[in-house]
Amino acid sequence: MQEMVDVYFYGKKYSVPADLTIMTAMEYSGYTLSRGCGCRHGFCGACATIYRVKGKNELKTCLACQTQVEDGMYIASIPFFPTDKRTYDIEQIKPTQQIMMELYPEIYSCIGCNACTKACTQDLKVMQYIAYAQRSDFEACAEESFDCVSCGCCSTRCPAGISHPMVGLLARRLTGKYIAPESEHLQKRVEEVKEGAYDDLIEQIMQKPIVEMKELYNTREIEK
Amino acid sequence: MFTADMRESIKKVEATREERMGVEPKRMTAEEKETLLKKYHPDYRKDGFVEIKVGPNKGEKIPVELGGLLHANSRLLEQNIDLNQIDYDVEVLVIGGGGAGASAAIEANEAGADVMIVTKLRIGDANTMMAEGGIQAADKENDSPVQHYLDAFGGGHFAARPELLRRLVMEAPDAIEWLNELGVMFDKDAGGNMVTTHGGGTSRKRMHACKDYSGAEIMRTLRDEVINRDIPVVEFTSAVELIKDDNGQVAGAVLLNMETGDYMVARAKTVIIATGGAGRLHYQNFPTSNHYGATADGLVMGYRAGAPLLYQDTIQYHPTGVAYPSQIFGALVTEKVRSVGAMLVNADGVAFMHPLETRDVAAASIIRECGDRGNGVDTPLGSGVWLDTPMIEMLGGKGTIEKRIPAMLRMYLNYDIDMRIDPILVYPTLHYQNGGLEIGGEGFTAVMENLLVAGEAVGGIHGRNRLMGNSLLDIIVFGRNAGKAAAKKVKKIKIGSLNLKHVIQYAEELKKAGITSEQVSPLLLPQYARHDR
Repeated sequence: MQEMVDVYFYGKKYSVPADLTIMTAMEYSGYTLSRGCGCRHGFCGACATIYRVKGKNELKTCLACQTQVEDGMYIASIPFFPTDKRTYDIEQIKPTQQIMMELYPEIYSCIGCNACTKACTQDLKVMQYIAYAQRSDFEACAEESFDCVSCGCCSTRCPAGISHPMVGLLARRLTGKYIAPESEHLQKRVEEVKEGAYDDLIEQIMQKPIVEMKELYNTREIEK
Repeated sequence: MFTADMRESIKKVEATREERMGVEPKRMTAEEKETLLKKYHPDYRKDGFVEIKVGPNKGEKIPVELGGLLHANSRLLEQNIDLNQIDYDVEVLVIGGGGAGASAAIEANEAGADVMIVTKLRIGDANTMMAEGGIQAADKENDSPVQHYLDAFGGGHFAARPELLRRLVMEAPDAIEWLNELGVMFDKDAGGNMVTTHGGGTSRKRMHACKDYSGAEIMRTLRDEVINRDIPVVEFTSAVELIKDDNGQVAGAVLLNMETGDYMVARAKTVIIATGGAGRLHYQNFPTSNHYGATADGLVMGYRAGAPLLYQDTIQYHPTGVAYPSQIFGALVTEKVRSVGAMLVNADGVAFMHPLETRDVAAASIIRECGDRGNGVDTPLGSGVWLDTPMIEMLGGKGTIEKRIPAMLRMYLNYDIDMRIDPILVYPTLHYQNGGLEIGGEGFTAVMENLLVAGEAVGGIHGRNRLMGNSLLDIIVFGRNAGKAAAKKVKKIKIGSLNLKHVIQYAEELKKAGITSEQVSPLLLPQYARHDR
């Protein structure tokens, strides 16, 4: 006999197999999801969910696709949260002190409650990366926020109204574009291709008969 | 979290680890691979396929489930849609909000066109977001686009369209540069050199990565750029049928609001199908690594409008999907786990194959190991083989797993499996459609001069198998090209009066072929809800 647990979707009770995730338990209960379901494998952040286990005080946040049901869970999905993304021209902005102040000034209203970190479904140190952003340490902010899936659970719990995932995203784009060292070998190859350095060679290989291609492929040297 | 039997098997894996560390398993010969594929790869299972009864690919084979959708009814047959009531009027309509769609929209916008994205879920809810391992480009000293071409052409069984593959490899360095300039954080060393590794079937280390969130990092950057450029994105709105005009050109699409059920009309001078893959059709009952919306909608719409398919009968099963625990069954375990040193090992602790064979070969080899050879480890949902992850840190040092494959570590830690200490169980998962709609070099379909296709919905770029890291690459290269080409094309296009005659004609063809179906298509979303009655 399959072990079953009782869970409550939006307050309504359902009995579901204990080994399901919150997402598959909803489907088991008859829900056809359109909101609150994306990649189903923990990368897209579509299935941000808030729950409380019966008899316990603590509110928890999670990704529905990555979290196994437990008995007595009261579950509400958060299919959308109005995080506030500010727009900018990546070519015009620079990784300066002012940029966070201009685009996301509310980060300086952080009261240090750490609710964002507690809410993070990826166990990131969210408050820490906001602190890095406050002092314009974009690289540290980018690194600390790198695994963010933008589910927005942090923002739902923030008394200062900070849109944390957007702050991390800005820091990462600034880091990728302006702070990380340039790849000389990449630029060199882009130039070579542009100048036609490979045009003849690629034309030649495209024209080769399949028999010859097979020989070339099967005997090619593989870098150790 | 492992069962007692699994624990017993782990002991055998541990017992052989030291000895295996020093020996690179032998690679298979061309003949060995061919025999293996024919006997064990799901593409060769006859009962997995049906014959196409109508349309340009009539008489060819196609996976049963996709064939069912091609032979199903349009959602609009019973609807009376007033095509004169235009809800959206744009120059370039992009259907799909993944990496290809977003790249196309950015380039079309850059070229000055009025472009709009429609997507049935959210922008970024796409296979791009879930690509973990990396993106190929021949940008190192010992490498060249020609070498990249050879690897991809051979890996794809010499079936790729040369013109498409040429573009893929020649434009790869520029694609990386473009992403870099948009702010994608590639893994680099202190001197700026890209940290690159092998993928299955590569002859040079040309796999660029952003930890094991490569696709996510690319997708969220592209999404951010789309929003920064104020490109309209209509979410939770699915295209359900292309619209044509009286000159036989494509002229837009009928859209369905996924939440209210209302239909709408989008008129456009050019349309780009960037609807992605089909993993959620669960061919041959395989689990899938794909996102929720991967249901081949664009292939169905395009085919109904007369666009031919290419290689629709070749599917990629990623060799390493999660076999255990059940909660994440079928989820992707990135090839990068093998790139950084983990071996494939059977229940007795034997490394039964080279870990970096191409994906089709590796998948078939694992299916053989668990099937006829009986060397798999039993799991609640089937069986699997070990991916010996503790080797990674023995080779690369402590901390390598957290630094290079943090998503994998996190996914398993959720279920109390620490891959730094214990190996993990894997089995092939439905991962990628090698085939799709046929395009020419510029990205246009042959039958409609203003209909383009980009990304996983395209067939022919990779041939009959695709190498790791060439799909993230193709969505960028062909997405960008489609956006540029579409924007250029709008100046020459005049749209006449709109109609859906092709939908009716297709229905008549089905009737003539004696096909009746209870199904409607495109599917839009998989049917996962369980109903007692």
